[in-house]
Amino acid sequence: MAENNNSAIEFRNVAMSYDERVILEDVSFVVNPGETKIVMGGSGTGKSTILKLVLGLIKPDSGRIFVDGEDVTGHSEKDMVEVRRKLGMVFQDGALFDSLTVYENVGYRLFERGLPEPEIEENVCRMLQFVNLENVMYMMPSELSGGMRRRVGIARALVGNPKLVLFDEPTAGLDPPTARTILELAIKLRDLEGVSSIFVTHRMDDVKQLSSKFATIGDSGEVEFRSEDGNMCLVNTRFIMLRKGKVIFSGTDEELWQSSDPYIKDFLRKS
Amino acid sequence: MAGRAFMRALSKPYYVRETMIQMDSIGVGSLVIIILTGGFTGGILALQTSDTLKTFGATGVTGTLVMTSLVREMGPVLASLMIAGRVGSAIAAELGSMVVSEQVDAMRALGTDPIKKLVWPRLFALMIMTPALTLVADIVGAIGGWIVASSLMNVASSVYISSAKDALTYNDIIGGLIKPLVFGFIIAIVSCRAGLRTSGGTVGVGRSTTQAVVLSDILILAADFFLGKIILAFS
Repeated sequence: MAENNNSAIEFRNVAMSYDERVILEDVSFVVNPGETKIVMGGSGTGKSTILKLVLGLIKPDSGRIFVDGEDVTGHSEKDMVEVRRKLGMVFQDGALFDSLTVYENVGYRLFERGLPEPEIEENVCRMLQFVNLENVMYMMPSELSGGMRRRVGIARALVGNPKLVLFDEPTAGLDPPTARTILELAIKLRDLEGVSSIFVTHRMDDVKQLSSKFATIGDSGEVEFRSEDGNMCLVNTRFIMLRKGKVIFSGTDEELWQSSDPYIKDFLRKS
Repeated sequence: MAGRAFMRALSKPYYVRETMIQMDSIGVGSLVIIILTGGFTGGILALQTSDTLKTFGATGVTGTLVMTSLVREMGPVLASLMIAGRVGSAIAAELGSMVVSEQVDAMRALGTDPIKKLVWPRLFALMIMTPALTLVADIVGAIGGWIVASSLMNVASSVYISSAKDALTYNDIIGGLIKPLVFGFIIAIVSCRAGLRTSGGTVGVGRSTTQAVVLSDILILAADFFLGKIILAFS
């Protein structure tokens, strides 16, 4: 029977395996509205599987998944279409459609809904401005750099103003300035747009920036990024760490740095 | 997959533009190889049959044998095998690449049903264009046979043309178009399935492409045997 709650995303005792291999085991966590949940862990620990489960691209073997308060565990592909309208997904390498221009990629969701061209163009321009890529609108994905493709992927995910955004290692393999640009986009979404998100990463630089920087509108009306000082703590960013498909940590960044778990200490030291 | 494709095709959106693009790519794109296949097949049929018939002094029925062989068997089967090689491999490679680069996941995440968007236009296009291309192969083959028979085998043009016209029955023509319809269906389903089930990165794309062509070819030949039997039973 369907059950509703007030969370943005909730996993309740979710388990998942491929063939004989256990991917996730008894995973439970909650993402509250407006919160960014950073999912950390080494390769193959099931981080990306969590995002695919939220989107309903794969189904869990057991447990329950809630999106925007709605139990989506047993949803059919047709039912998931409505749920996916509330979600934006940023894939690891952008996953842009090769045969479409940047404009068609970003506006894809709107073209599919049959919106009039001027409305699509306005939305696409706004989103490309948000990611600072207005000048690549009519280029093909193959003409873009890796960082630009990720930013176009972010713009595509944000069209239609989703309430929840899922990031699958969006900074992996990027140079530090480009990675910082992408992190600032995630911070802007969190602090200025109130978007809830799951941010999958294994880069400590991502963790430090997302947990210490915040975005605000300055006196001049421009977006400013500031660092939290000793007197304040970002309450809208929390962490979980996965190991062998199990959640071994859930809490704030302060709790993460103070953890006595040998695996976590080793992970933080080496990353 | 075929069942799901047909059920979902009945609901909106219909992806008419994608279907037209596929029809153009499959139909117009395959025209050259189909003309070459048909022309040379007709030519070799005329060459071999008239050479054998000469022994019996019956070169006058060369047109009959060329047309019957072309319309009943060689046209549909060879055209479909060529389409499986050219189009089936391209479909499997394209969809396979989309799967490994997460484009199909992205499509689903953006609320699009990949079966409707990717499978249905290809299925529809192949089921329309394979019979159309077979018709082209048959016509070009008949012309190729006529050129070879009249220029190399000394068969009078009028004799070839009249025997070719007399050879064909409605059953031959209808049977010759039902077969490529089924073959187009086979190519689409096998290739889309191979592409969408790709795993293992770029190596997997290569594997899917090979699988699509080999399986399509085998199924076309097997289906041809059973369809031939059924059509003959109704003749």
